[in-house]
Amino acid sequence: MTRFFLWCATWGLIGLVLLMPPAVILAEALSHGIMPALKTLQDPDGIAAIELTLEVTVVAVVLNTIFGILAAWLLTRFRFPGRGLLLVLVELPLSISPVVSGLVWLLLFGAQGWWGSALDRMGIQIAFAVPGIILATLFVTLPYVVRTLIPLMEQQGRDAEEAATLAGAGFWQILFRVTLPGARVALFSGVLMTTARAMGEFGAVSVVSGHIPGLTETMPLHIESLYNGYQTVAAFTMAALLAFMSMTVVFLRSLPDFMNRTREDPS
Amino acid sequence: MSVVVENLIRCAPGSERILLSDVSLSVESGAFVALVGPSGAGKTTLLRAIAGLDKYDSGTVSLNGETLASIQERAGKVGFVFQSYALFPHMTVARNISFGLDVLSKAQRPSASEISARVQELLDLMQIPDLGKAYPSRLSGGQRQRVALARALATRPDVLLLDEPFGALDPIVRRAIRTWLRALHDQLGLTTILVTHDQEEALEVADRIVVMQHGRIVQNASPAQLDEAPETAFVMEFLGEAVSFKGVIQADTGLFIPDEAGVLPFATSCPAGPAEAMIRPFEIFPENAATGGKIALVRHGRRNGFLHYSAQLPERSVPVFFPVHTKHQSISDSCQGLNIAEARLFRNGQRIV
Repeated sequence: MTRFFLWCATWGLIGLVLLMPPAVILAEALSHGIMPALKTLQDPDGIAAIELTLEVTVVAVVLNTIFGILAAWLLTRFRFPGRGLLLVLVELPLSISPVVSGLVWLLLFGAQGWWGSALDRMGIQIAFAVPGIILATLFVTLPYVVRTLIPLMEQQGRDAEEAATLAGAGFWQILFRVTLPGARVALFSGVLMTTARAMGEFGAVSVVSGHIPGLTETMPLHIESLYNGYQTVAAFTMAALLAFMSMTVVFLRSLPDFMNRTREDPS
Repeated sequence: MSVVVENLIRCAPGSERILLSDVSLSVESGAFVALVGPSGAGKTTLLRAIAGLDKYDSGTVSLNGETLASIQERAGKVGFVFQSYALFPHMTVARNISFGLDVLSKAQRPSASEISARVQELLDLMQIPDLGKAYPSRLSGGQRQRVALARALATRPDVLLLDEPFGALDPIVRRAIRTWLRALHDQLGLTTILVTHDQEEALEVADRIVVMQHGRIVQNASPAQLDEAPETAFVMEFLGEAVSFKGVIQADTGLFIPDEAGVLPFATSCPAGPAEAMIRPFEIFPENAATGGKIALVRHGRRNGFLHYSAQLPERSVPVFFPVHTKHQSISDSCQGLNIAEARLFRNGQRIV
């Protein structure tokens, strides 16, 4: 009885809080039928927003994966002064408001910022341009790969790596044949979390981007612009697309679990 | 291949605490040596230093007369089995075993068919011929142990280093695998160094026992020597249950006179002075056993082939064991005194002769 009640309560809550919003988005997007919805996606500014989002996501994921692997390896394999501080610092982007993380880049690279005028003389534009958006996204998504890798690599310990060293493996062989494959589930999960966050980041990107349609608007920013311009169908279509992309990523995350279950299954 | 360790010193990183204090050890080719001692004695530290896994502050480790500096120089020559097995979870058993061959440079690496033949040969040797395709997570503790051993042996090392390899196994598997390991050592002509905290295991499997305490080697001897002539009171106690009696060796009579009443003096050639006699419970012999004696013998049942009794001395009771084939009737419920002539004598913890 209690279990049934809990089951109902859980699904009720999930339905209301998690499943209803995407359903509403989809319903709104398709309120005039599927053709008008698809038509809004042909808007050049919309296409530019999708392309920019993909570009920023790819760059952020690649850089943060490389950084995350190195940082996790450093933090789990060595004990050095300042290690505890570094562990805290890595998590900083999670607790800082995204707006603040965006403002930091403006203060550094904006026209009135510390290095703004110097960069301007060299003809490099960071604030209100794609590099700024990438920097803001990098900052916000920095913790995910590190934080998912650290617990697993900590638990793995050094034994496997030491065994590999004694067997004659070199540094790169150990990294690519032992350490990373051993932590591959966590790595995969961290990469996907970075992807989802990079695609959906609004606050930090909003501050540095300057909202130039077709140039510095990512999908979340473009959705806002459309919505504020009373283009409801276009806004919700774009939102549905973004939601679909994020949900695909989330479902991909549970793939390793599923595959493990089938592999471990004796039948 | 002989292993020689000379004057190895290692301090704990960042502190003054000494982990290895001037350790020298020579293991001849083909020997099976067990490093034993309580936890924190430095056995694993010494083994890891020999393997090159840890740095040491000074001293040398040489294999066959050749001094080894880095771990890379040991690769392939030294097989190491970790306490945790340290198998690679994402590889099949076969890939785990062939790892040491797979990472060789193209020029040195055997062909794929040679590698798989070697893997099968090792699987057969480990008596797990059908497990090549399995993943480590599916294996039992004993099977993982064998895979770890096979992986360590894949590059045909001459030296095998084992760090508490039987720690996580249940007693029956433990016994079976250590007998088998000894046979394997003899068959392959290995030089093996085994770390264990189980002295019984060490005595059963090794030719030489190296007892360590506080980062030093206390005694390095054969199991028989160790039993007959333990260097220190610690070694005596570490190797098995021991009862100790304080007393004095008299200069004129050459007798050890125990302080406690009910314990009989015995003759010794050791120099006179205060001494401590230590003896195993099954070496104590109750003299003039008869009813109505001064010392009562209380029975506690049987264990490991011994009948357990305790002799009630005035101040305390001490364990006395008899082999089970001693007839119950012949052990009376009291005696006149305890004969401890088999005891080893110690002064300030060191054995006196």
